[in-house]
Amino acid sequence: MSHKPLNREPYQQAYYPPSPTRFTRYMRTSLIWQAFRFLVINVKMLRLMAKSHH
Amino acid sequence: MARIVILGAGIAGHTAARHLHKMIGKQHEIVVVSPNPKWNWIPSNIWVGVGQMKEEQVTFDLAEIYRKTSIQFHQAKALSIHPQGSAESEKPYVTVEHTLAAMAGAQEKITYEYLINATGPKLNFGATEGLGPDHGHTVSVCTASHAVEANHKLHEVIADMRKGQKRTIVIGTGHGMCTCQGAAFEYIYNVDHVLREAGVRDLARLVWISNEYELGDFGMGGVHIERGGYITNGKTFAESLMVERGIEWITRAHVKKVEAGKIHYETLDGSFHELEFDFSMLIPPFAGVGLKAYDKAGEDITAQLFAPNGFMKVDADYTARPYAEWSARDWPRTYQNPAYKNLFAIGIAFAPPHMISKPMQSPNGTAINPTAPRTGMPSASMAIAVAHSIRDMINGAEKPTHHASMAEMGAACVASTGANFFSGSAASMTVYPVVPDFEKYPDYGRDLNLTFGEVGLAGHWMKYALHHLFIYQARLKAGWSLLPD
Repeated sequence: MSHKPLNREPYQQAYYPPSPTRFTRYMRTSLIWQAFRFLVINVKMLRLMAKSHH
Repeated sequence: MARIVILGAGIAGHTAARHLHKMIGKQHEIVVVSPNPKWNWIPSNIWVGVGQMKEEQVTFDLAEIYRKTSIQFHQAKALSIHPQGSAESEKPYVTVEHTLAAMAGAQEKITYEYLINATGPKLNFGATEGLGPDHGHTVSVCTASHAVEANHKLHEVIADMRKGQKRTIVIGTGHGMCTCQGAAFEYIYNVDHVLREAGVRDLARLVWISNEYELGDFGMGGVHIERGGYITNGKTFAESLMVERGIEWITRAHVKKVEAGKIHYETLDGSFHELEFDFSMLIPPFAGVGLKAYDKAGEDITAQLFAPNGFMKVDADYTARPYAEWSARDWPRTYQNPAYKNLFAIGIAFAPPHMISKPMQSPNGTAINPTAPRTGMPSASMAIAVAHSIRDMINGAEKPTHHASMAEMGAACVASTGANFFSGSAASMTVYPVVPDFEKYPDYGRDLNLTFGEVGLAGHWMKYALHHLFIYQARLKAGWSLLPD
């Protein structure tokens, strides 16, 4: 006999934070999108380094 | 010819040594003193701690690298600083005790014109009863050998789970005054990742415990980033990651005692709790390494050079003030000791003027708040600034010429959340400045154009690339100085 939950316990620790949608999770491992993000992250970090050395 | 002595060969000490060697190594003497024979790329220890890398992949032999240069290397532990010299000679010197097997225990005086204290922290497991791998019941990833042991014990627990047994894994900070939450943060996600790969995640209760007021504080008072049309606190994203991976969390916690299989902790509301575990990795608090200082007559002047926690005083403003009056300007810029102008302290070795996160105390008087992080990229920036200042002072400058305040520099952190070229991920984060400056950035204390964070596979590639880049650079291979620090 299957026990499908009829209700969900609210007000728990895991109830409040945002959860990534299926699309967001897909994009996190999409090779083409992540290759682009890799370049973006590199540029952001290089800008940060340029501003940090005096 | 001037002699520059560098105590410590971690990220800060080794960075200072290689830059000084490049700039003035032919004309002046550079001496590195470190009790450890190996350099360790500490950010990759978390991969050793889950069996994704071997110890040899994150360490290399320092003597072998320095032999290719004119840098003199002493495998020795620094004991004391004598900034006024002695009754016999006015030349300042340090006393060191050799740790190389052939010379173990032998003491030596090394004179200097300039001294850089980059000794890093003492891993203060003794601050919490039962904490740590040597005399306690928890493991650590703070050194490569600790991480090897952590991996061994983790895989024993995984073997139990493969037999169908449920296990509780607790990861976080082992004291109310810890820093370096980031290492534990990375480790818990990598443990989650290997448990999933082993097909036993459903048998593990994974619990995060830390001294942060909220998740995502990281000892920097948390960060705000722009995302999805809102400016959102990092707490939201840190909690989201935990929920996504089925990890429970306990914050505002000071671990008081660890027994075999049981953690005793107090929370900021003053209540006391117990948490049973089968495997636990808890970061220890840091303290200074215990260097002493003496004047010309041999009188102890340690309190003049060092703060009570053992970290060296530099050009920070150490005036005690309430939190509301703390300022970005309190933070040191040149890392020069105010009493002795040829003495500098960088990396974890310098005494911060105060924390970054707001100080908190439980009704029982227990301090529960993360202390300021000053590892990784900030350490390297300080090392480069001090190396340039020393070069210029040797060439006639009266005072340090370069500065690297943590209130004027950023930090990049790539926190691995699973190591795999196709299915791995990491949280890539930058924050600018590390110490919030509410005079320049009144709303959030930080430049939101340079403060960002995102999770994805690109972060894993970034972390893997940085692992190889920084080890290549630290090994002084061809073109190392062209690579970013």
